[in-house]
Amino acid sequence: MERESANTRDQAPPSGPAIVVEGLTKRFGGRTAFADVTLSVEYGEVFGFLGPNGAGKSTTVRTLGTLLAPTSGSATVAGLPLHPANSGEIRRRIAVMPESPGLYPRLSVAENLDFFAGLYELDHRRSRIERSLRAVNLLDRADDPCRSLSKGLRQRVGLARALLSDPRILFLDEPTSGLDPLAAHDVHELIDGLRKRGVTIFLTTHRLAEAEALCDRVGILNTTLRTIGRPDDLRERLFAKTLEVSTRAPLTEPDSVFADLPGVDGWRRGDDAGEHTTYVLTITDADLAAPAVARAVVTGGADLLTLNPSRHSLQEVYLQLVNEDVEAQAR
Amino acid sequence: MTKMTKMTNQVRPQQPTERATGRLSRTRILALVRKELNDFRRNRLIATTMAVMPLLFMIEPVITVFKLPANAPASRLDALVGVATLELMLIPALVPAVVASYAVVGEREQGTLEPVLTTPIRPSEFLLGKALAVFLPALGVAYTMYGVFLAAVGLFAHANVAHDIFEVPRIVAQLLFTPLLALWSIWAAIAVSTRAGDVRVAQQLSSLASLPPLAVTALVGFDVVKPTTTVAVVIGAALLLVDTVAWRLVSAFFHSERLVTGAKPA
Ligand SMILES: Nc1ncnc2c1ncn2[C@@H]1O[C@H](COP(=O)(O)OP(=O)(O)OP(=O)(O)O)[C@@H](O)[C@H]1O
Ligand SMILES: [Mg+2]
Repeated sequence: MERESANTRDQAPPSGPAIVVEGLTKRFGGRTAFADVTLSVEYGEVFGFLGPNGAGKSTTVRTLGTLLAPTSGSATVAGLPLHPANSGEIRRRIAVMPESPGLYPRLSVAENLDFFAGLYELDHRRSRIERSLRAVNLLDRADDPCRSLSKGLRQRVGLARALLSDPRILFLDEPTSGLDPLAAHDVHELIDGLRKRGVTIFLTTHRLAEAEALCDRVGILNTTLRTIGRPDDLRERLFAKTLEVSTRAPLTEPDSVFADLPGVDGWRRGDDAGEHTTYVLTITDADLAAPAVARAVVTGGADLLTLNPSRHSLQEVYLQLVNEDVEAQAR
Repeated sequence: MTKMTKMTNQVRPQQPTERATGRLSRTRILALVRKELNDFRRNRLIATTMAVMPLLFMIEPVITVFKLPANAPASRLDALVGVATLELMLIPALVPAVVASYAVVGEREQGTLEPVLTTPIRPSEFLLGKALAVFLPALGVAYTMYGVFLAAVGLFAHANVAHDIFEVPRIVAQLLFTPLLALWSIWAAIAVSTRAGDVRVAQQLSSLASLPPLAVTALVGFDVVKPTTTVAVVIGAALLLVDTVAWRLVSAFFHSERLVTGAKPA
């Protein structure tokens, strides 16, 4: 068994949240990169950080990674207050994969990783490098100079580098940007594997499906934090729940059919598709409403074709929130 | 209101530079030196600078000295020996300046600065590693060229010319000034490199910044001050003081936010 350095998760899990951010703000001169961000991420959680270009995601990651000093507010990272006296110890406990992988083009993949292993003062460097490269499927390219790698392969080297020190908390800034679908899928599996091992992941991404599939919770940033929560909760919070009912022919008296059904608040005609007629019902509880609606439609003498509870994607949540900001700005 | 005060209090200590807590890590400094040397060898521009520039500055004085006739008047001899020593001093002044000007801006352009600074490396370790990686090869090259020059003079120059060049205080001065000039150039170049927008500008400014101390060493070269060992040591001590102050200043202004963004925190 390899002896691992002090920053691995083999020790007892630390108490308290992995990241706590309170009213954090960063300005560059007159430009506000992000303002008044408050959030907290538990150990072992995969937290998705979403937002349009220029929203301040990378600047948040840089600030939490001790690279930039916040303008105001406070934060705790890996149990330590964000303060210059703690910078070194915080950086020992976390790993950051920045937006651009930043590799030395003239050095080989293995030399690049070896340099960083030295900066973390890691022992068993060779086996660690091998393990990291295997995790991103790049072991066969270890001796290639980085300049000869494609964009996606460099991205994967950057990811391997972030894994070297076995960090408890991992900041990944758009880890799948520029990756082909298969490679992106591999990264998703890797993240899922890390989560199972209890690694906390702060994941910045523009791929909403990725966030939806991987993240326990997401935050949507647009300079200020617009919302935060589990993807399911965000959907519910933003969109009324609906049930879509389609029948072969129009109901003769829809008002009386849909009246007084349990869990149903109201109804309207939907966009009819082809021969069918569609009704959109506003509901409070799908489990309660769906059977009652089915019975009522059949009793009303219509042929029930489909019955679909609404499923708003995270993308719809995102677009709704960001569009609100665009409209607010236009006013 | 109290909340605001608390916030500012928490944030203010972030502005100044790193605390001097704990000791420097030799592992990290050596990792950086090794990476730099590996990278220099494969960087055609740097490798050429390290190889060709010193050759030029060595060959010029050799030719000058060889062209001196045996019966050259003492004043002419002194002037030419002065020029020759000055040219040799250009090696430890200019070579490290050009190479060290890559130190920060080169990494920033490559995008490698940010990942490096998110590791536990401390700014002072980064600084020392960068400086050492330039200092060691520059010193090696400068001494080698001086050795070749002395050998050429000893073997082929006229006896009275060789006698002048082999004066002990002159040799002491050259040996002493070489590392001290290199150190000055390195700190000046690193300082320039943290602020410069691109590598070319950094190189030009650093080259200029490397020159002023040569004025002092030239006093000995041109016999303005009679070259004695004591004079060499005194000038050497002064240079050492200047180098130390330059190092402390560069360290004090070395701040990861400035390194990453090229600006200090607002
Ligand atoms: N060093 C800097 N100096 C001045 N402004 C900056 C600096 N870094 C970032 N900004 C500004 O801060 C804002 C947030 O930038 P940031 O890179 O954090 O956005 P982002 O959410 O990561 O965007 P993207 O999705 O495009 O990566 C932008 O307006 C950007 O121009
Ligand atoms: Mg970004």
